[in-house]
Amino acid sequence: MKTWVYIDHFKGEAVSASWEAIGVGKTFGSVTALVFGSSVEHLAQAAFEFGADEVLLADNSELADFRAEPYASTLTALVTSASPDLILLPTTFRAREMAGMSAMDLNSGVLIDVTALENNGENIIATRPIYEGKLFEKTTCSGKPQFVALRGRAFPRPSREAGRSGAITKVAAQTQALTSVEGYSAGESGVSINDAGVIVAGGRGVSNNPSLGQDEKATAEKGFALIGELAALLGGAVGASRAAVDAGFIPYSHQVGQTGKVVSPDLYIAAGISGSIQHVVGIRTAKVVVAINKDAEAPIFTVARYGVVGDLFTFLPLLTTALKKILDK
Amino acid sequence: MKIVVCIKQVPDSEAKVSTQNGQVSWGESPLVINPFDEYAVEAGLQQKEVFTAEVTALCIGPESARDALKHALAMGADNAVLVSDPALVDIDSQAAARILAAAIQKIGDVDMVIFGRQTIDTSTGLTTPQTARLLGWPMLALAGSIKSENKKVTVERIIEEGKQTVSATMPVVLSVVQSIGEPRYPSFMGIRKASKAVIPFWSLSDLGLSAPKVVVDRTELMNPPSRNVNCEIINGSNPEEIAETLAKKILAEKVL
Repeated sequence: MKTWVYIDHFKGEAVSASWEAIGVGKTFGSVTALVFGSSVEHLAQAAFEFGADEVLLADNSELADFRAEPYASTLTALVTSASPDLILLPTTFRAREMAGMSAMDLNSGVLIDVTALENNGENIIATRPIYEGKLFEKTTCSGKPQFVALRGRAFPRPSREAGRSGAITKVAAQTQALTSVEGYSAGESGVSINDAGVIVAGGRGVSNNPSLGQDEKATAEKGFALIGELAALLGGAVGASRAAVDAGFIPYSHQVGQTGKVVSPDLYIAAGISGSIQHVVGIRTAKVVVAINKDAEAPIFTVARYGVVGDLFTFLPLLTTALKKILDK
Repeated sequence: MKIVVCIKQVPDSEAKVSTQNGQVSWGESPLVINPFDEYAVEAGLQQKEVFTAEVTALCIGPESARDALKHALAMGADNAVLVSDPALVDIDSQAAARILAAAIQKIGDVDMVIFGRQTIDTSTGLTTPQTARLLGWPMLALAGSIKSENKKVTVERIIEEGKQTVSATMPVVLSVVQSIGEPRYPSFMGIRKASKAVIPFWSLSDLGLSAPKVVVDRTELMNPPSRNVNCEIINGSNPEEIAETLAKKILAEKVL
């Protein structure tokens, strides 16, 4: 199977699920990595170190900012001349936009958010969650190439072999763009909940009634500071339930669950989150869930491995201290 | 300005969705407008507050999907169109894009097409880029705010890595995210107007299409693997002791 892997990046920094995609590609044979951008040769080198055998590099200043139209046209032109069977991508918004457009050009299909793959000899059959993880479907695509976008952290990341190299083939960029990127302001630094191995999340319980005035806001800020401290200790990310996001305590990018993000951390600590079905579908693929809640009847305890009935404001600092001690930090 | 908002009807987010005899079942739960699409309707109505604009809600679906369109009308949309055809069962994003693009062309002189960022049922997020590609119009995806001036549209694109300012010239295809603002509630007048509205429906032949080819097929539908977790409530004589016990348990799980 002729397999290509698209390396998604933002301003030259790769999305780590791209490396996971190389690992998956290698199970089907050799892998050609696709690197598009401006001054991105270092990503080609990284792709070799994660296992790519060959890199097709479209390095052009016109591709400096990701824009779906020229990236898709570049991909479509390459596919038309080389006819791969399978294109693996990480499930990011950029990859969705590019693959969606390119698949339209090529009259093929895109399978999104894939958590498992089988190869029946002719086609890839992909398993993916639907209805925000309430169901799973197996899907296949009758067109060629099959575009398969993998969910981050669903597949193991291959180990990096420093100094491994391969042949880079420079390819033409299609530069006709329909939009212009006029400005950029960086988001918050810190670990994104998409890539996080550990997520500590807060919900309505961080404040008793988020719609009330300044006192409640101050309480919520204090609560999220405690959550942030624990997340920082564990090298993790801060998550939130919709209630906390709607109240404006934390930006939307932290929202876990339906209408937010589906996450797959190894450890998910839910503090003051009751566990509505909309939230719980977002953490179904978390390995270990720990729930801290004042209400012993909260539904979050039915999906948690460990539970603590108590007040997060008292308990989180104690847990942070205990973990600090045990981890010797 | 002529604006089309593309919406979909989906099972309510509270629904307990399961598979029964190979079909998706959502029990007694209602079908509603896709929650992300309410933001798309809101975005269209915000434009209408600034410009002279006509907002048309467009939906592919069975007869029952009229209710989702009525919700958009009750929020303040001017018109609604339902594309319905017996041939349209289990279509993929590409087929949906072909139908929407044809319907947008039939509506005619459209300046702006607005989508929600994804649906909560199949959640592919592909219909926006695919519709834009077919129309050959610029895509401004994941917009958290929209500014239009003459024919220029500038959005704040909200991505993981921060915010970008991206612009294009009309006609454009947009998708919006929650930062656009909470969707307004239907007003009493709106609900009355919507209940009386006669929503035209177009078949595939009205759009000059034959049944679009579907390239993505579902081969199997499964309930998620059941999580047999028995929650172990950590007890102790004081919170310090509980914290220490929990820390040890977490460490023993080898997830740190």
